[in-house]
Amino acid sequence: MIALHHYLILSAVIFAIGVIGVLVRRNLIVILMSIELMLNAVNLTFIAFSRYLGSTDGQVAVFFVMAVAAAEAVIGLAIIISVYRHRQSLDPQEMQLLKW
Amino acid sequence: MDTASLLFYLLASLLVIASLMVVFLRNVVHCALALVAALLLISVFFVTLQAPMVGVLQVMVYAGAIMVLFLFVIMFLNPAALERQRGLWWGFGTILGLMLAGVLVPLVATDDLPADPVAATALFGSPEMLAKSLFNDYVLPFEIASVLLLVAIIGAVVLAKRDY
Repeated sequence: MIALHHYLILSAVIFAIGVIGVLVRRNLIVILMSIELMLNAVNLTFIAFSRYLGSTDGQVAVFFVMAVAAAEAVIGLAIIISVYRHRQSLDPQEMQLLKW
Repeated sequence: MDTASLLFYLLASLLVIASLMVVFLRNVVHCALALVAALLLISVFFVTLQAPMVGVLQVMVYAGAIMVLFLFVIMFLNPAALERQRGLWWGFGTILGLMLAGVLVPLVATDDLPADPVAATALFGSPEMLAKSLFNDYVLPFEIASVLLLVAIIGAVVLAKRDY
């Protein structure tokens, strides 16, 4: 049988890959996708703990994470569309109006 | 090695490959398709962990609704130009991410965690049990989540409207 720390290591690796995506990509849509990846790694941790501790609370937490992730994706994509209309670009490096 | 571990390692390696494709492919549409694959693999993990309800929701909400939204925005904006050539920051960010993994993995790889799942009842993870938990213990967060989704709808309409 698979022990709990297998799932924890897997989701730690997925989370780190998502962090790399946020750090290195220069496309706002892909950065948002990497954030979704990180949220899903956390969801996997919740479900694994819920199974191994025998409590449904982790699954309920995943419901709320999904609701917040949906709201975050909708707002993030709306902001991306609005930014693209002003600048014709998806590169976060070019959004430096506040940079000194 | 028994079948369960074999299946776990197969799915885990596929999931890691799909996640790496999300991060390292240069075409945005390819990234989105790799993300769909990763989300479906995670939903398979949910089902094997006796959370079938959450697995179905994962397929419907994430791989369905959210990814359709992403693809709509990609096609709407049509960012035809590929990203610029990878520079110094790629190596730098990758090293930072690997350092994070190097901190997280030893942190969770301890032996004092439960090795075997507790014996689950047949109802574990079923819609009935989840609904009982959701509508008894978590009513207030549930209502707050509904308000949050309403705010998100209004905010998205206002932000993406052409002129205001």
